[in-house]
Formats: sequence, structure tokens, C-alpha cells
Amino acid sequence: MVTGYGPVERLVRLWLPVGFFLVLALFPFYWMAITSLKPDVELYNRHIMPLVLHNPTLKHYIDLLTQTNFLTWTWNTMLVAVVSTAISLVFGVMLAYPLARMRFAGAGLIAMTVAAIYLVPQPLLFIPLADLINRLDLGNTLTAVILTYPTMLVPFSAWLLLGYFKTVPMELEEAARIDGASRLQTMRRIFLPLCTPGFISAGIFAFTLSQNEFLYALIFLTKSAVRTVPVGVIAELIRGDVFYWGQLMAGALLGSIPVALIYSFFVEHYVAGLTSGSVKG
Amino acid sequence: MSVRSEPLLAAARPARRGAPIGLWLDRQSVFSWLMMAPPLLFLAALVGYPFCYGILLSLQDRPVAHPGTFVGLQNFITNFNDPIFWRVALNTFVYTAVATLLKMVGGLGLAVAMNQHFRMKNLVRALLLLPFIVPTVLSTVAWMWMLDPAFSVVNRLLIGLGLPRPGPSWLGNPILAMFSIIMINTWRGLPFYGITLLAGLQTVPPELYEAATIDGASGWQRFRYVTLPLLQPIILIVTLFSVIFTFADFQLVYVLTHGGPQNATQLFATYAFDIAMGAGQLGLGASVALAMFPALALLIFALTIYMRRG
Repeated sequence: MVTGYGPVERLVRLWLPVGFFLVLALFPFYWMAITSLKPDVELYNRHIMPLVLHNPTLKHYIDLLTQTNFLTWTWNTMLVAVVSTAISLVFGVMLAYPLARMRFAGAGLIAMTVAAIYLVPQPLLFIPLADLINRLDLGNTLTAVILTYPTMLVPFSAWLLLGYFKTVPMELEEAARIDGASRLQTMRRIFLPLCTPGFISAGIFAFTLSQNEFLYALIFLTKSAVRTVPVGVIAELIRGDVFYWGQLMAGALLGSIPVALIYSFFVEHYVAGLTSGSVKG
Repeated sequence: MSVRSEPLLAAARPARRGAPIGLWLDRQSVFSWLMMAPPLLFLAALVGYPFCYGILLSLQDRPVAHPGTFVGLQNFITNFNDPIFWRVALNTFVYTAVATLLKMVGGLGLAVAMNQHFRMKNLVRALLLLPFIVPTVLSTVAWMWMLDPAFSVVNRLLIGLGLPRPGPSWLGNPILAMFSIIMINTWRGLPFYGITLLAGLQTVPPELYEAATIDGASGWQRFRYVTLPLLQPIILIVTLFSVIFTFADFQLVYVLTHGGPQNATQLFATYAFDIAMGAGQLGLGASVALAMFPALALLIFALTIYMRRG
């Protein structure tokens, strides 16, 4: 782009707006972190400067880990996220590969249907699903959410993978076909190993979406031992009108860390997925 | 390519395409439908069936744990005569429209600001996306604490800047509560807009700007006549996305205000939840949720058509 601005102009054009957006985006996390480290006397005292820490303490973290089921919730969240991500990737490939590579009657219709299902928000379906889960006697089991999360993750992964698959050149597959490989062999041994970046993008997205899910977990999981982190934090750390803000912030921060960590490792894949899979299709 | 030839041959060997069943399986249509059958059946069972069942429920008087009785369109008539229902419709409309507009304008600003060369750009981009990554419920709890009636840090900062004590009641005043949920939704969704539009901006060829500059275009004119028209398809898609998911938002409002005060922030999703899960009226709740369907169907249809073309 055009270069050669002076330092003042650069400050106005670049660092002021970028700094503004950064402070806006990050302040709530800063506030989470310092709240979780403040002793209660400091938290609930209006005469102390609130923006800095005076006497840091780990008390809220210790209370959170010893007096609540937070570790169980974390384990549940991870288990559900990993299993439903795996299901979504496998089913996603099974939908996306034929749609990307084969010619058959109805392909266009299926692609449209998958895209449409991806866009159906959960609030449209949660009431009948709640009844269905009850009738199947799956209430308060992790199976209930492991079965229902892929309803949004499968179409999503399929759509993202479809976009990725179309960018992979077809020559290798054609060569394998000429050499006599069946379609299944061509897909499994030649094509899929080329698609690791696509799987990473779709996987991270599915994983973050399952960590973020709240409505189904709220409805299906009402016992503490099976809850996920978001539901556990809302249902058990807010007791009536009493807010344990230190513990709540400690829980919010610890609950965000797995997603943030995974995201930081694969941020380029995430951005690539965000900009190609969800947008260009 | 030559490096790859070995596995190709190895893969080829076991396949004897002589057998009739093998030939049949190798037909594109047979292979495709067999491959897609398991995920399609899964989606039919857990999306298609619940959707149809939801329509059936909306035509029933169905208290939780009791068998339903068919009541025709009675639930929809009840909704039509329920002032809260219309309040909810208005709330949802205002929430979606204002939040989407703010995200669009803010996201464009963010994208333009980020579309410059500077050090640690990737780190900044990663940090800016954090609000979008972190589970909504958890960041909303943080906002709840920041807007707490007694210890709000926002108010303490505002009072520090000269506002009279005790500062605004962000979640207690109906208008401010709506304002708060809109701002927090914007806070969370803006990075998605910004980073997606940034990716779009980066595909604009620099020659176009150079040509415009040579023709004497000002900075605003370059933005208005070069950037905006080229970004238009992406803006449209992102906006439709954002409208769909803002329109059906649940988490943020459920956590922050529970729809209060006096239904001032009640949206379709939270209202349907209250009726179905709180009051145990599955049928009536399903009819409230289905009231979202016409608008959603239009939006989803528009977006799928558009994504297929793009």
C-alpha cells in the first residue's frame, strides 16, 4: 500500500485505531484475570483503585478446584468436544468428498441442504429435541450432547471441507484411478492424506463450537456430575442472588484457557477456515 | 509427482475392478450415495425429525410429562394476542438490526485499520479474535461483573471521568439493558467481521488504489469507489451470517439479563425457553420458537443461494 507517512500520521492512522480495538477486545479478559486474583476484601471495597492488584491471592482458584466440581466439568467438556469433533470430521468427509468430486443426480440439492442445516440455529430445535432426548431416556448423560452437538458440527465441517477439497488438484486421484484403485482406495490412501490442513481448520472450529455450546447442555445436563463448564459455572457458581465473583472469574478464565491454547497453536488455520470455509464456501 | 508414484502403485494393486459388485460400487452415484447415507440419516434423525416434530408440538397443548392434545392453531392465536410476544418480536428486531449495523461499521473500521503493514500484525490479529473464540457464556459472565450494580468497573471509570454517582444501572434499566446486550454482542461478533473483511481487503489488487490515486481520488473516494464495491459480496455474506445468529441468539441474554427487566431484553429464543422449560408448556414454547422460522427461512435461503454462486 501507499507508504511514506510521518510518525504522527502513522500514529493516527494505525496505532490509535488498532490500539482502541485491542483495548476493547482485551479489557474484559484483563478484568477477569485480576478479579480472580484479588482477595474478597479488595473486591468489595469501593475505595481502592480497582484497575490494579494490591494483594494477589490464589484463594479463589483453590476454592474453585476444591469446593466445586469444576475439574469434572472440565473433563466432561473436553470429552464431549473431542468425541463430537471426531464424529463431525468423519461424517463431514463422508458428505464433502462425494460432493466435491463425484457427478451424480441430486448433488446440488444435497449441497444446498447441508448448507441450510448448517445455518439452522439451535433455538429452532431445542424444544422437540428435549422431548426426544427424554423419550430416549438420555437425560443427564453425556451421550445426549455427544449426539446433538454434531447436528450443527457435521454440516459445518462438511461445508468447510467441501471448500477445501475443491482446492486440491485432481491429478493424483486420476492417476490412481488409471492404475486401477477403487474409489474408496483413491479417497482413503491418495486424497485424504493431502487434506490435513483442511482437517485441522475444521477440527479447531468444531472443537471451539462444542466448547462454546450452551443451550443443549443447559437443557440436557441438570446433574452436577455430568455438566460442562459453561453450564456448571452458570448453574452452580451463581447461587440465588449471591455471586462469588472471584470464583466466577477464576472459572471463566480457566474455562477459556483450553480453547485459547488450541487456538493460539493453530491460529493461521483458524483464520484460513474463517475466511475460506465460512465465507467463500 | 514422481515421489508419489510408489504409494499410487501400492494402492492400485489390491483393487481388481473385474468383479461385478466392485464395478457397481465404483459407479459415481452408487459410491456417493453409500458414502453420504450415514451422515444424511444422522441429520434426518436429529435435525429433520425434530423439526417436523416441533411443528407437530406447536399444534398441541402439551404440558411437560403429559401427553399432548391437538389444539390446531390455538398456540399461534395465543401468541398473537399476547403483548409480551409482540414485545419480544420488537426486541429481537432491534437487537438484530442495531448489533448487525454496529458490527458492520466497526468491523469495516477494524479491517481498514489492520490492512497496513506493521510489526507483530499476526499477533495483533490473533489477540483481536479472542472475544470470538472464548466461550460466550464465560465472557458474558465477565461483562456481568463489569456491569454489576454495586461494583461495576465501567461505572467507576465513568465516575472517575466526572459522571454523577452511582452511575447508570446497566442491567436494571430497560433501555440500558437492551443497550448492554447489543454492545456485548457487538464486542463478541466484531472481530469475526473485521478479520473476514480484512481477508477480503487483502485480495484487492494494489494497482487499483494506485490507479485511483493517479486519477486524483482522495482517501475517502478510494474507500468509497474501490474498496467498498469489491468488498460488497463478502460484506453481504458476513452480514447474512451475523443476522441469522444474532436473530436466534440465546446464551448472552439468558446469562446476562434472563430477558429482564420486565421482558425488556426478552428475545424469541429466551422467551421460548422460558415458556417451554420454565413454565413447562412445550407446545406453546414450540410455537414461539417456530415464529422465528419464516424470517430465518428467508435469510437461510438467501444465504445458501448466494454461497452456492460465490
